[in-house]
Amino acid sequence: KKRDEFEDILEERRQSSDLRYAMKCYTPVIYKGLSACKPSAIKNSVLQSEQVQYVIKQLSKEMGESADIIQEEATEILDEMGHNLHIGAIRFFAFSLSKIFKRLFQRVCVNEEGIQKLQQAIQEHPVVLLPSHRSYIDFLMLSYLLYTYDLALPVIAAGMDFLGMKIVGELLRRSGAFFMRRSFGGNRLYWAVFAEYVKTMLRNGYAPIEFFLEGTRSRTSKTLTPKFGLLSIVMEPFFKREVFDTYLVPISISYERILEESLYAYELLGVPKPKESTSGLLKARKILSDNFGSIHVYFGQPVSLRTLASGRINRCPYNLVPRHLPQRLSEDIQEFVTDVAYKMELLQIENMVLSPWVLIASVLLQNLPAIDFDVLVEKTLWLKGITQVFGGFFEWPDNLCANKAVTSSLALHTNIVSLVNGQVVLNDMGIEDGATEELIFKQALSILMCGAYRNQLLNVFVRPSLVAVALQMTQSFRKEEIYNCFNFLRNMFSDEFIFFPGIALKDFEEGCFLLTKCDVIQVTPQEILVTEKGNSAASFLAAMFRPFMEGYQIICRYLSKETKETFTEKQFILGIRNFAFQLLETGSTQCYEVLSSDLQKNALAAFVRLNVMKKMKITSGLTYTVNKEALSKTEEMFESQIPKRKLVTARL
Amino acid sequence: RQEILKWNGWGYNDSKFIFNKKGQAEFTGKRYRLSGMVLPILKEWMEKTLGASLEHKITSRTSLNISDVPPSIVNEEFLQDLRATKISYSREAEDRVFRAHGHCLHEILVLREGMFKRIPDIVVWPDCHDDVVKIVELASKHNLCIIPFGGGTSVSSALECPADERRTIVSLDTSQMNRILWIDERNLTAHIEAGIIGQDLERQLGESGYCTGHEPDSMEFSSLGGWVATRASGMKKNIYGNIEDLVVHIKMVTPRGVIEKGCQVPRMSTGPDIHHFIMGSEGTLGVVTEVTIKIRPTPEYQKYGSVVFPNFERGVACLREIAKQRCAPASIRLVDNAQFQFGHALKPQVASIFTSFLDGLKKFYITKFKGFDPNELCVATLLFEGDREKVLQHEKQVYDIAAKFGGLAAGEDNGQRGYMLTFVIAYLRDLGLDYYVIGESFETSVPWDRVIDLCRNVKERIVRECKEKGVQFAPFSTCRVTQTYDAGACVYFYFAFNYRGISDPIHVYEQIETAAREEILANGGSLSHHHGVGKLRKQWMKESISDVGLGMLKSVKAYVDPNNIFGNRNLL
Repeated sequence: KKRDEFEDILEERRQSSDLRYAMKCYTPVIYKGLSACKPSAIKNSVLQSEQVQYVIKQLSKEMGESADIIQEEATEILDEMGHNLHIGAIRFFAFSLSKIFKRLFQRVCVNEEGIQKLQQAIQEHPVVLLPSHRSYIDFLMLSYLLYTYDLALPVIAAGMDFLGMKIVGELLRRSGAFFMRRSFGGNRLYWAVFAEYVKTMLRNGYAPIEFFLEGTRSRTSKTLTPKFGLLSIVMEPFFKREVFDTYLVPISISYERILEESLYAYELLGVPKPKESTSGLLKARKILSDNFGSIHVYFGQPVSLRTLASGRINRCPYNLVPRHLPQRLSEDIQEFVTDVAYKMELLQIENMVLSPWVLIASVLLQNLPAIDFDVLVEKTLWLKGITQVFGGFFEWPDNLCANKAVTSSLALHTNIVSLVNGQVVLNDMGIEDGATEELIFKQALSILMCGAYRNQLLNVFVRPSLVAVALQMTQSFRKEEIYNCFNFLRNMFSDEFIFFPGIALKDFEEGCFLLTKCDVIQVTPQEILVTEKGNSAASFLAAMFRPFMEGYQIICRYLSKETKETFTEKQFILGIRNFAFQLLETGSTQCYEVLSSDLQKNALAAFVRLNVMKKMKITSGLTYTVNKEALSKTEEMFESQIPKRKLVTARL
Repeated sequence: RQEILKWNGWGYNDSKFIFNKKGQAEFTGKRYRLSGMVLPILKEWMEKTLGASLEHKITSRTSLNISDVPPSIVNEEFLQDLRATKISYSREAEDRVFRAHGHCLHEILVLREGMFKRIPDIVVWPDCHDDVVKIVELASKHNLCIIPFGGGTSVSSALECPADERRTIVSLDTSQMNRILWIDERNLTAHIEAGIIGQDLERQLGESGYCTGHEPDSMEFSSLGGWVATRASGMKKNIYGNIEDLVVHIKMVTPRGVIEKGCQVPRMSTGPDIHHFIMGSEGTLGVVTEVTIKIRPTPEYQKYGSVVFPNFERGVACLREIAKQRCAPASIRLVDNAQFQFGHALKPQVASIFTSFLDGLKKFYITKFKGFDPNELCVATLLFEGDREKVLQHEKQVYDIAAKFGGLAAGEDNGQRGYMLTFVIAYLRDLGLDYYVIGESFETSVPWDRVIDLCRNVKERIVRECKEKGVQFAPFSTCRVTQTYDAGACVYFYFAFNYRGISDPIHVYEQIETAAREEILANGGSLSHHHGVGKLRKQWMKESISDVGLGMLKSVKAYVDPNNIFGNRNLL
């Protein structure tokens, strides 16, 4: 697959005046059907819209309250939510972000062809920007880039937590952010106002709309399973034919080093995240002196929603009900929205730029506590080859020798690794005695931080790797058996990794194809055979996913021991944490990643989905019970294979 | 009548668009207001809008190639029986080809450069209801296929003979059944044979001081029976109603016998109205032979008018308001900007400097003084009818509403030309065909709240499809709102493109037309407002009226015509 070239935009910023840049003449191209209007006019038309008025009338009838009061409420919601795009704020940001970005990052690279396609798209149809979400920098960076390239600034759906940050909240609002409460499922008025606000901006072609399919920043660098609410809102004007088409633009933002890396690790280990506050942000200033390497922003090909939908949508439901009435999405529409969401996330993954460091992290995690520098370089290079076969996207200049690449990567990540006597060591590891809780915590931090970079690779590796895992687990040649095992794993991990719904067989075949392509296996109509020289690769690929395999098994074990009938999510997470700490202290496992709350929550979701656990609603929240029978079956599926695997390793 | 009509295009032989020796467009003949006029801007418009050029010309062959025509296969026993009835008939190739088609683009193209796979084997001209009964009986006896033929103006492939029809196909031409049988002045009804052509009907009624007021755009050529069989709609339906509102009694001959009601009353509650099985049956059940229709005294006064709006949205909003207040004039139509400019291109050479000066002044006033964007503005054309006093009052009411939506009165002349265009535009397609331009019109009905979205999306879809299909010049894609109702409107589209550089234009054209119809349906529009379904739009019938609905119609067909004598295969 051919991908566009990158251009470093910071280079120019380092050479010319930021002030002049911030004050430059800014005349973005606009949507051809746009009737120019102010944010206040948009708010007004939202309040007066049939949709919102309908819900207000409904609520007033149901609650016996006067429509005026509810209208008032709607106005407040809108004020709290609404953006207030203002060129002054944008120039202020342009100036200060230039300063900040130059301090933080070595390079900010953009594919200019993508920008050109976006520019074209903006003029043709309403545009929805769908960036990946790894850092707060994401949306600042995106607005900054669009400003730089003289494109219309997006309006951004951001979490309400920002609003707590006094000045910054207002500044963000003026630079085009609008805010949504994290959860408003029950509040019909809020939903109506919010949905109409988004749709009005979209129909109008007022500005590109930007939001994160993942819903929140991924703490693990694995792409999170998509949320569908906002996506279905922005798709609705097309379903109702209020617009001719809508462009969805997947955007991949990759960081060589993530600003929040240690913060995330703490969070995953259960140390609560500090609330966003302006003073917190100022404290974060100390990171300004740090180096965070390069950022790559890849604007994907705009995807026409109309093309995606052709032949898939039954038009009847929308023809038989007035369009302003709130309508539950039909099943085929829901399915379509889901498919689109997954497709967009897969497109994001496809264009994520991988740095040498993610290779190093992957190798290192399989060679704890330390690895010889030369061996590391060699293995990194080897892994690079495989990654490229799998379609991984590298920015690795041809002339840059592996030695240099590894050295500079290590230099960038000194908080995680150090080079001692020709050995590359993961910090805080390798201290043999005194496995105290504090030490385990420290080690877990390092491993989770490192793991977050390895995870970037897992997004790309998941299909071939799970085939490798299945090969190991089944110890069979029979394709069918291997596929069944693959299918089991794919189901189990589908909250963990991104799989397009309902195509297990295709995923399996793709995995097999990629493994064949790098000579790891040979496939015949009935059988799959690991080649002789592919053995080490196969076990490496499988081992990449060992933390998840083992993590889930530990959770199974914990659940089968748990005597409590029902428990809440909080109790579940605490229970596992204690259980895991015990195991780590006694040294009976090395799987630190089971401590990650992300893994724990995903496992919980998977177990509920697979009926191993049951979710119940009670007044105080959700509780869970375990279906012991199903649990032991799952345990068997996982565990019966373990001794076999050990045997194999012994034989090798 | 066949003699004065074109065999391979629309309308009268003597009326057509040509480019004269000076390279200027001209409309020949004497029949229309535009006849004999030079249209100086048309050529430029064609070049600019469609990329057509006078150098690239293809001409149709000038006459029918008799040897290409499929032979007439008629069984001798039937011929003997037919002769015994003394009903006139013909097996001449010209007669049969003339009745083998309607006026869909592909049909005209076949006439110009190909031949139909299947055409009628024989044409019969019954003279009255009883003749029709005899023919249907004979057809049943000999197991033949009958395809009724009225004015031949179908645009739904309804007249095309099914290519795999093995039986003898009889084209039943109703044109000799064209008498007004009686006029009942106390009840204001007239009983008329169904073969009468629209303009003859109005002229003859006019001699007695009456009219039906039913004026479909095809009224010069289409027949009363055809209107009934296709659920026709007339331009002035706001006063007179559509065909279903006008009809009081229908007599139809079916293979089961004659169907009619036992009285002629304004309304009755006797189960589902059997008229509604007949209207829109598109010749699948039988032949409509006689119709009793409402008549009205000829209006004392007619006045045209027009209003300019700053944009299409405002215009639609105004039409909606007029419909809401139920004060629509006899006709009100809103053309979009592209069609407005097209109408402009058909302006004849102005007679004096003074008129051209006046035109310039008008243009200046609207665009500069009122700030209308000449590429956005659109025009509503109006026709008022009735007592002089009431018309003037009505006119004021409508203009007052229009003013609220930013509309400016733009004179009678523009209005009148707008309506005249409807009649000549069909001729224009024949001109386009000579210069690699193919085009067609299609229509739909749609709820008010979706009018704007539907118009925009369908036009855009056409443009996009053309691009995707490799059409090298931007297509002409335009619409007008032609009828207003309480709950929605009828929208009419014109679509044409220059196919130079495409190997299979007719296929491309059909794909685009299908896409446009899909788009209409997706936007909440109907399959058809008045053109009917024929064979062209059959594929969407199930979606349009549900499985059960389709089953109901099929069961009626199965009872009325179990042997499929009326085998044109329309609709179902």
